[in-house]
Amino acid sequence: MKNNIILAGGKIVDPVTGYFGPANVFISDGKIEKVEKRKKDKITGRNVIKLDGKIVCPGFIDMHVHLREPGDEDKETIISGSEAAAAGGFTSIACMPNTRPPLDNAGAIEYVNNRALMAPVKVYPVGALTVGQKGETLTEMMEMSACGAVAFSDDGSGVQNNDLMRRALEYSRTCGTPIISHCEYSDLAASGVMHEGFISSKLGMKGISAVAEELMVMREIMLASLTQARVHIAHVSTAGSVDLIRKAKRAKVPVTAEATPHHFTLTDDLIQSFDTNLKVNPPLRTKKDIDAVIKGLADGAIDCIASDHAPHSIEDKELEFDYAPFGLIGLETTLGMVITRLINKKIISWVEAVERMSTAPARILDIPGGTLNEGEPADITVIDPDLEWTVNPDNFKSLSRNTPFAGWKLKGKAVMTIVDANIVYSTI
Amino acid sequence: MSLKIHHLLGLEGVSAADIRLILDTAVSFKEILARKIPKVPTLRGTTVVNLFYEPSTRTRLSFELAEKRLSADTVNFTTSGSSVAKGESLKDTVWNIEAMKIDIIVIRHSASGAPHYLASCCKSTVINAGDGAHEHPTQGLLDMFTIKEKYGKLEDLKIVIVGDIKHSRVARSNIWGLLTMGAKVAVCGPPTLLPVEMEKFGVKVYDDLDEALRGADIVNVLRLQKERQKGGLLPSLREYSRYYGITRDRLDLLNENFTIMHPGPMNRGVEISSEVAEGPYSVILPQVTNGVAVRMAVLYLLSGGKGKVDEE
Repeated sequence: MKNNIILAGGKIVDPVTGYFGPANVFISDGKIEKVEKRKKDKITGRNVIKLDGKIVCPGFIDMHVHLREPGDEDKETIISGSEAAAAGGFTSIACMPNTRPPLDNAGAIEYVNNRALMAPVKVYPVGALTVGQKGETLTEMMEMSACGAVAFSDDGSGVQNNDLMRRALEYSRTCGTPIISHCEYSDLAASGVMHEGFISSKLGMKGISAVAEELMVMREIMLASLTQARVHIAHVSTAGSVDLIRKAKRAKVPVTAEATPHHFTLTDDLIQSFDTNLKVNPPLRTKKDIDAVIKGLADGAIDCIASDHAPHSIEDKELEFDYAPFGLIGLETTLGMVITRLINKKIISWVEAVERMSTAPARILDIPGGTLNEGEPADITVIDPDLEWTVNPDNFKSLSRNTPFAGWKLKGKAVMTIVDANIVYSTI
Repeated sequence: MSLKIHHLLGLEGVSAADIRLILDTAVSFKEILARKIPKVPTLRGTTVVNLFYEPSTRTRLSFELAEKRLSADTVNFTTSGSSVAKGESLKDTVWNIEAMKIDIIVIRHSASGAPHYLASCCKSTVINAGDGAHEHPTQGLLDMFTIKEKYGKLEDLKIVIVGDIKHSRVARSNIWGLLTMGAKVAVCGPPTLLPVEMEKFGVKVYDDLDEALRGADIVNVLRLQKERQKGGLLPSLREYSRYYGITRDRLDLLNENFTIMHPGPMNRGVEISSEVAEGPYSVILPQVTNGVAVRMAVLYLLSGGKGKVDEE
């Protein structure tokens, strides 16, 4: 028998109705039975979970996660990454295909599905866009989509060939899935290791110009307009990209976009510490870019928040900055960053935040979730908005530790994560 | 007086007092170098490791001589290529060397920040002998020493650094040190060899050499790596030499009593003509001599030495 539970006493956030206030959530048969605005009489019973002072919302969805399995199971596995997701308040994650070997065929998608059967959260694989992610031959998208691939991407690097990207977009219309684009022209990025600007000039490090990203964002917008296929811009990092996407949306181009917590909090000048946990692609940009990304998240130019959780081992990161790999992990810090840096600073409301972290990614990937509507799967995140905590990587469920946020004091944390009515994480 | 800094990682952020102390101390060491027996027992019992991850002749020789003149024990560790290629991380290499009881590490590395990383994970005193295109602080110091030796001051002098600023750690250390000491600094080179947002360093930026040279006291000419042309940053060495080479006829634009400097090694006929390199205003060889004295001062002061040289 599936759990029948009642989440009582909390405040619910429902982006679909825009409601933010007290209500009880009744769960039965793995689904949301009803949401009832509270009456005076208190509900009691064995299956009542009291959540006074807590916030109850549709489960969060992180549409940009690297799980490293198959190939680099020392850094993260499908299970360990899913546990990190549950601890971070996520009920669903989409995993990127740049594993070893890449997820570039239906068998590989099935492999992820099978491994994810034991995972505490729902894992949706993103298929590779080209065979071996080499940017040459399209993958069998229709078959992979039938096996459960929710999007296609060569994430990790940009698709350099313009005509190939056009064909990929056209072909993706057969599946209706979006193509997720990591926007960066590698010739313009010129083997850079950080943002090209005053700080890279000072440090004598090779820079990645904002234009290396923006030019490809512009291409994706023009190709999406041409093909009328859906394109999703991953990890937007520059002010120029935000502007381009905002204008494209006004022109009704089928483009969506995400931003990461590190791209709305960290600037390139921090790299003067040479901390390799700050080495990430796209690179940390300037204050001006951060402000633009935040503005984009507030006005909807950027649809959603994703972590780009990219695990790396200690030995891979304990190197000279030039030699360390790009990437940082975020599943267990994203929510705290959103509450501390966006909600508590009044940049976005609770309803908007939950929309960006749940409803929007569900809509983009066309997967269940993002709502507390009757009959929907009971994927729910419970948050203590007042819990103050310090980021300590030693406590992470993730197998990796490469976070630049160690030691940060954050306010707000997931205290219970419910997937299909099962409590997969709880500190209550 | 003793130094505020515990390592010499770069000149950015180093105080004028520290720079002055190093330059003043180097004067005493230069006198010692002129003696019949140019050696003092100052660093007897101190062990210095020269850790060179990048090929270097003159800097390594200069450091080694400085160490030997101070009676330090020195060992050299030279390897080409990155620590990654070698299969052992920089941290492990250094921990191993440190386990043999050493005091000072002099490091040259192709990656920016390698000395800073080292300083954060080991107990020894770290001296940066050049990291990527970031800093080369002892070169900056010896250049300042050489200028001060001739002019008796650094403040208000106008120095132009010419050439491949983008890839030059010498340029960056010179800029930070000279600005701290009150000099006026300009840089000049083709835009493909200038880093972005260069003005924010607090220097004037020129792409016209004649304009840059007008009214300058000192020209510091940087080496042009021939690979830059192959890398597509320059149409040809011929055009570079014609528009950015320091030649005899350009010297008229400079102030009286001008000085020509070059950190070496020179590409004669590319960034500097032979005639200019060997002119009476050239201090290219004194720079090399001063390098030893300045490095002695740095080693001595970072070992806890006070301003006055202790000869026991």
